[in-house]
Parts: sequence; structure tokens; C-alpha cells
Amino acid sequence: MIKVENVSKTFYAPHEVHALQNVSCQVDKGEVVVIIGPSGSGKSTLLRCLNRLEHADSGHIYIDGIDILDRKTNINTVRAEVGMVFQSFNLFPHKTVFENVTLAQQVVRKRGRAEAEKKAMTLLEKVGIPDKAGVYPDQLSGGQQQRVAIARALAMDPKVMLFDEPTSALDPEMIGEVLDVMKALAKEGMTMVVVTHEMGFAREVADRVIFMDDGTIVEVGTPEHFFKNPTHKRTQLFLNQIL
Amino acid sequence: MAQATKQLSRRSYFFWATVFFLGIFSLMALLYFATRKVDYVWRWYRVPQYFYYKDKVEVRSQIEGQVEKIVAGQKANVVVVTGPDGSEEYQIPGKDIRVGEGDYIYPGDILGVHQKWKVGILLQGLWLTLKVSLISIIFGILIGLIVGLARISANPALKWSAITYIELIRGSPLLVQIFIWYFVLGTVINTLLAKNGMAQLPPLWFGVASLAVFAGAYVAEIVRAGIQSIHRGQMEAARSLGMTYPQAMRHVILPQAFRRILPPLAGQFISLIKDSSLLGIIAIRELTKATREVVTTSLQPFELWFVCALLYLVLTFGLSMFVQYLERRTVVS
Repeated sequence: MIKVENVSKTFYAPHEVHALQNVSCQVDKGEVVVIIGPSGSGKSTLLRCLNRLEHADSGHIYIDGIDILDRKTNINTVRAEVGMVFQSFNLFPHKTVFENVTLAQQVVRKRGRAEAEKKAMTLLEKVGIPDKAGVYPDQLSGGQQQRVAIARALAMDPKVMLFDEPTSALDPEMIGEVLDVMKALAKEGMTMVVVTHEMGFAREVADRVIFMDDGTIVEVGTPEHFFKNPTHKRTQLFLNQIL
Repeated sequence: MAQATKQLSRRSYFFWATVFFLGIFSLMALLYFATRKVDYVWRWYRVPQYFYYKDKVEVRSQIEGQVEKIVAGQKANVVVVTGPDGSEEYQIPGKDIRVGEGDYIYPGDILGVHQKWKVGILLQGLWLTLKVSLISIIFGILIGLIVGLARISANPALKWSAITYIELIRGSPLLVQIFIWYFVLGTVINTLLAKNGMAQLPPLWFGVASLAVFAGAYVAEIVRAGIQSIHRGQMEAARSLGMTYPQAMRHVILPQAFRRILPPLAGQFISLIKDSSLLGIIAIRELTKATREVVTTSLQPFELWFVCALLYLVLTFGLSMFVQYLERRTVVS
């Protein structure tokens, strides 16, 4: 489903940072991959490279067989198949919850109004807030906003969902409701790549865990392997610090 | 909202309010007595005629012949003149008919006189100022929007053109720009038109062009700042859903930016209305030019310049009320 080959990315401003160095990995269809690592390790950059919000400097990234770093690729058609959920939700504040979920369906997927609205209602029920359809995002709690953001991404019927620290900006009591939605999604067989600090989620839901540090992938393995007996010293150190 | 100022007691509040009105009143009194000292006679009653006045209209015969009959119509009296070349009917409202049935008249003879209300020169000037400002605002918004988007474009041709335009316009006086539009570009364009046998463009067009192009540069910077003030997560969210850049701009960024740029935009357009007073120098008879003409005929400059200022205030205040209304309407939740 996703194939990353020797991807590198360097930021030059404000100062030179080698965010990704020769990273290669793979995500199969229906797989849930969790990326963990200390801050600044490049895990968010890797995720953002997967739908070209960051343009990788070199290497190849294939989404469903399409090389998104190829100049001839129309990135918009690829992005429509790749849903993304952000740390800071990024809901459209001038549109209601309902319009947030219908907008891209109508603009990008060219769905009719009735079809888009039906889809939006189904998804809002799925994430548990159909009663908030008519309100504006700033009247919702963080957890509710993030669930709307998930519904907004799902409305495009994506093949892959990317989660960029979806619970990091939430109050602790709201983390659960967002993780529940994500778990349900994983159970349905959605292909997911999740950058998170929620080790519980990684242990429970992930098929594989990728540990990154300093712009490289240090270790890849199943959650059991990872949390019971990690091989690398760096991984052990990290897990000791957070667990 | 945080209460930054100290709460005044009821009594001292009324005391200071009185101080304010007394201050205003004594300033006006001071001005009045100062003008009396220089022997200026205030004649406010002379002002209204420049807004609306009664004009005498003389109805004259076009043909030679005899007044056949005078019929009292519903709205006006009808005088029918019949001559060797045919018959004509003349409408004369009111009673002042200067001919009788059977009179023989020649072309140019006065048949009757009536009075008609006419729009005065000040009101004409006000209307022209309003018209020029409105057209310039509309084109200013269009130019500003396009240039503002070009300004943040990654394409150097677009970006550098926008920067050059903005810096050129903002770096030179409007008065000079008006001269360039009228005396340089105007001369070239009108000469070229004349050579091709086409009609000349009136000064009004060059006036509107200079104001619109001038305002456009400022609007462009306002638009740029407005767009850049929207969090980049909004663009990322829109693009991550598969929207193209123009789609994201149209549906996500610009509607949010619009709300933020309304207040500075209003300030810009209030300036534009006031700047339109410069157009008098290229023979556009807007409010200031009209006032100047009235001053030379009436010899009452003090009253008229105050009236002129007040009329501008009416326009700018009206605009800022309209923008406040728009702001209230666009602010959701």
C-alpha cells in the first residue's frame, strides 16, 4: 500500500536539520503501523512526506503503486485517497461541522449535495456526534473537534489514513474518545499510519511499531517484541523514559 | 472585556461630560467671534440653493403662427400653435401664460414661464464623488485581490510584478500619479484614439483609473496580510483532502481572510473617498471642485467649506457603518 524507499529530507531554515536520512519502510493493506520516537526524530516529517505536505528531497514514495515524488503525478488525486488527521485538528472555523465534512466531497469528489450530506451524517454518527452537525467547530471540545476531523477525512473514502499525533493537543479526559474512534477504524480494516505518544494504543492496536530517532528508523517490530524485549539500546532508553 | 480604565462616579461622569460639551461649544463660539472680528458675515441661508434651487423655465415657440387655443390640461396648460408649416403643442405647467388665443407669434417668442426644482452644483458634486469612489473601490478590490494573490505566489514573474507595482504606487504621491494618468497616459491614449477615428475618453476615466490603481496597491498588501494571517494548518488541511490550491483559496482561506481584512479595508476606502478630492485638478467636478466653484460665485467660503467637510463626513461615516454591518453579518458564532 505504502512503500518508502531511501527517502531523505533536510530543512535549511531556521537552521540545517537532517530530518530524514535514507528512510525505507513499508505499510501493507489493512495494516496499522504506529511510529514512535522522541520529539525531533523525524516521525512527523515522515508522515507528512507520505502525502507530500513535505516534499522529500530524494528517494521514492509509492502510494498504491503511484510514485508521488514523480513530477508527472497529480498529487491532488493521490491526496484524495489519503486521509490525514492533524494534531491541531485544523477544522475550517467558518464552516459548520456538517459543512466541514461535506465540503471536500463536493469540491473534490464532485458528489451531489444529497449524497455528500448523507455520507456526512453517517460518518458523524460513526464518530458519535450527529447532534453537533449544525454548530461551528469552536463550540466543540477538543475531543469532539478531532472526531469531526476524522469524519472529514473519512468522507473522502480514503484508502489510507495518516494520524499526526492526533491526541497530543487534547485534555487527558478526551484522549479516550478519539482513540476509541481510531480503534474502531482499525478493526474495520483501514490501513493506518499513526504518529503518537500513546503507548497503550500502540500496544493494543498496532500490527507493527516503528521506532525512529535522529531521522532514521532504528527498529521495527511487533508490539510484543517492542515493549517486552527491544533490541536496540536507544529504543530501550526511550521506552524506559516514557513507560 | 477587561476594564482598563477606572470607573468614574456618577457625579463626576456628568461633570466631565459637561466639560466636553462646554469645550466644543466654546470652540465654536471662539471661531464665530474671531470671524466677526475680521468682518465676516455668516449667511447660512445662502447655502441651500446650491443643493436644490428653483429655476425659471421659459417655454418658447419653435414655429411661426397663430395661437389656436389654450387648453387647461390636468398637469399643465397646453398651448396649440398653428402656422403655415403645421401645428405644435406646448406644455406649460402653472398659470404664467404670456400669450392669448388668436395672438400671432414668431419663433422664439415666450409662450409662458414656469418654475422647476433643479439639483444644485453641490449635490451634483457629491453624486460625482460618490460615483467615482464606488467605481474605484470596486476596481480597487479586484486589482488588490489579484495582486495580493500574485504577491504570495511562488512564481517569480507574478511575485516580482506584484512587488514592483506595490512599491511604485506606494512610493509616489497620488497627486503625481493623477497627473501621470491624465497628462501622460491620457494624452497618449486619446491621441491614439483620435488617430484611429475613435471617441476620446473623458477625464473621469483617468481619474477613476488613478484612484483604483492607487487603492489597489494598498488593498493588495491588506489582502496579503489577511491571507498570511490564516494559520497554515488550514491550507494543509484543505490540500490534504485533495483540493487544488485555487479550490483551497476559494473555499477555505479567502472566506476566513475576508473577515479579518474588512476593518483595514474600510479604512483604505475611507481614505479613497477623501483622496477623490484631488481629482478636481483634472477637471472632474467632484465635491471639492464644486465647492470651489460655488465659493467663487457666492463669496461665502466659510460656510461652504464647512458644508463640504460635512458632506465628506456623511460619505465616510456611511461607508464605515456599512462595513460594520458587514462585519457583524460575517462573524459567525
